[in-house]
Amino acid sequence: MIAEIGQIALILAFLIAVAQSVLPMVGAHKADARLMAFGDKAALAQFILLGVSFIALTIVFVQSDFSVKLVTVNSHTDKPLLYKISGVWGNHEGSMLLWVLILGIYGALVPIYGKNLPAGLKARALSVQGMISVGFLGFILFTSNPFLRLNPVPINGQGLNPLLQDPGLAFHPPFLYLGYVGFSMAFSFSVAALIEGRVDAVWARWLRPWVLLAWSFLTIGITMGSIWAYYELGWGGWWMWDPVENVSFLPWLVGTALLHSILVLGKRHAMAHWTILLGITAFSLSLVGTFVVRSGVLTSVHSFAVDPARGVYILALLLLATGGGLVMFALRAHTLRGGPGFTLVSKEGGLLLNNLLLVTATFTVFLGTFYPLLIEAFTDGKISVGEPYFDRTFAPVMIVLIAFMGVGPLVKWRKDSWQSLRPHLLKSLLLVLVISGLTWWLGKSVLGALSIGVAAYLAYSTLVAFGRKIKFGQTGSMAGSMKLLRAQPAAVWGFLLGHMGIAICVVGITAMSVWAGDSAKVMKLGESMTVSGYEFTLTNMTPGAERNFQKMVGEVEVTKQGRKVATLKSARRFYQVRDMITTEAGIQVRPMRNLYVGVGEGDAEKGWVVRAYVHPMVNWIWLGALMIALAGFVSILDRGQKREVSS
Amino acid sequence: MRVIFILVITMFASLPVLPALAQTPSEAEIELRAKEVGRALRCVVCQNQPIEESDASLAQDMRKLVRARIRKGDSNEEVMAFMQNRYGDFVLLKPPVQANTYLLWFTPAALLGFFLIWYVVRVRRGSAKIDAPTLSADELKRFTALANDQEKNQ
Repeated sequence: MIAEIGQIALILAFLIAVAQSVLPMVGAHKADARLMAFGDKAALAQFILLGVSFIALTIVFVQSDFSVKLVTVNSHTDKPLLYKISGVWGNHEGSMLLWVLILGIYGALVPIYGKNLPAGLKARALSVQGMISVGFLGFILFTSNPFLRLNPVPINGQGLNPLLQDPGLAFHPPFLYLGYVGFSMAFSFSVAALIEGRVDAVWARWLRPWVLLAWSFLTIGITMGSIWAYYELGWGGWWMWDPVENVSFLPWLVGTALLHSILVLGKRHAMAHWTILLGITAFSLSLVGTFVVRSGVLTSVHSFAVDPARGVYILALLLLATGGGLVMFALRAHTLRGGPGFTLVSKEGGLLLNNLLLVTATFTVFLGTFYPLLIEAFTDGKISVGEPYFDRTFAPVMIVLIAFMGVGPLVKWRKDSWQSLRPHLLKSLLLVLVISGLTWWLGKSVLGALSIGVAAYLAYSTLVAFGRKIKFGQTGSMAGSMKLLRAQPAAVWGFLLGHMGIAICVVGITAMSVWAGDSAKVMKLGESMTVSGYEFTLTNMTPGAERNFQKMVGEVEVTKQGRKVATLKSARRFYQVRDMITTEAGIQVRPMRNLYVGVGEGDAEKGWVVRAYVHPMVNWIWLGALMIALAGFVSILDRGQKREVSS
Repeated sequence: MRVIFILVITMFASLPVLPALAQTPSEAEIELRAKEVGRALRCVVCQNQPIEESDASLAQDMRKLVRARIRKGDSNEEVMAFMQNRYGDFVLLKPPVQANTYLLWFTPAALLGFFLIWYVVRVRRGSAKIDAPTLSADELKRFTALANDQEKNQ
């Protein structure tokens, strides 16, 4: 019964989406207020219906109603409640339903927060949102219906993939989708603005919070995925340039470019073309992200749904959306007004460079991800593209980007000169020399030393830029600076947090790439090995069982110079329902280093395979990433933009 | 100055790893070099995972093979060549620079160069009309209304 309610709600949502994609657009064309207003109502109705549908699916999962095929295939009565709920989106059909639900949420927020938007723009944007809805709801109803019944009803389900039974991964997809789908707002409003032929500062300032919201959620989603990979996959990698990771990174890079160009558009009325193009691209790449994971075109640990037939549908959807958006851009770009000019050294210039470099970085990751597929499709060759490729292509682009990131915030709008930057650059060079020298002396790595120097330069430059805003050390009075400090708009705090976050991230990444230590050995009880000055001793192996798995827990004692530092517990879990084995790493988390142990297969006779790692400053990577996400949320609170318009 | 700085960094980043002297390597040295090689080799049944970091049984065999070759006196390059010969280009995480990968290797740098040139040309051309206004009075009015509305709703 509940499944049928969900099914009917889903069909109704589809029908409303069809109407929403046509009527408001016609209304805007004929300047018919009633037809345009239909968009608002349709968006709200869709949200409610999709909510009902999603709740219905959640209920059948919680009740373990095995007459629904999806529940049978992905759930089990022995599963903890959290994973019964996360099981709703831990599979292809359910995750698509989550996708459209989030689309419905964003769509419903348009009429709520956009009461004073120009009626035509709003109607057209909602119409485009409706088209996206039609595409995805059609996809669900015709190829991936989550509510299909099963007859005869089995006694129990087949369980959820054990790798997904983890809090980190339970909430990874919702955040990722909040990001991906959030960019649909940028897409819809870009297309609507192209039809209207008006892209201006007002448009940019209204859209900016939505871009920031989507981008921050995506940042959190990617970070959670990285943390999960670190502790769940059992070998301490935090980023492996796996295609599935890469495709979530692509919209992030473009989104980063977008939120910088939309800033320029909102303040200086320049870069309208860029902003529109990036808005369309960010969402297209989000669709690529969805497509790649869903179609199984690149199989990997993450691709739990592998079905080429569905892939064809999403591919068509992807081509329609991207192609449609780009054709619209080609046809209508001439209606966009160019902004005022600026010189080579200017804030606009810096932000344009930011965009160019981020687009280059995006293209590089895209190429590295899809090139092996192209080679395989069009030649007999087969190649792999891994970390060494990205180290040589992506990393240099990022270093150029950071070089400009240091000075960009220091230059003035419109027109500035290298001369005015010279004192800062000289001081920076001195700082880099000192920091790099020190790091080299301590760490004995040229690459590491230079990279830490770059991070220090970025942090220093960011602080200098922030200090100038509050006139720190300029007015001579601390009280004056404190007053200015409180008066800073939220976006300035966002800038500080975001750019410092990148610097912290770079430190963590550098430390992990250069100074991490690891070793692997087959060990019997009492045996030990040494990694980076730490001695790891296997002291105990205990079998045990939980409700949905059996386990073997290994205890490893870690000492440094004879002093006990930690006792790490790593478990090997055996999930009978799925006949799968996973490794739970034992980790001691500290600000400056993590100790990490993974116990693998083996027995008391021959010993067990034990992998031990010392990870310096790895947590800085995620700390930096979370600061970046927070920066986005903080910037949304900005009310200062209004004031600046009039100044 | 900045350019030189960047060049230095990228240069160091792409320095080839010096081959260790291959005579009778000690066990510690074998392990060290095997790791270095193993990080650049893909476990061919895994998803972009180096053999050093994979738990797959094939990766284990490949690790043993690498160590065996090093023990025999192969240099790092010889081991890589041996593995490439045996498993194809697919085993190399760093794809070889050859006819079918020129696009892969050189497009990023070409694109970067193109964009930098484009930037200079475009900005030079655009900087003529430097003193145009940002927001018209009408636009300002519309935005203020919008922003007020947004504030009310939060």
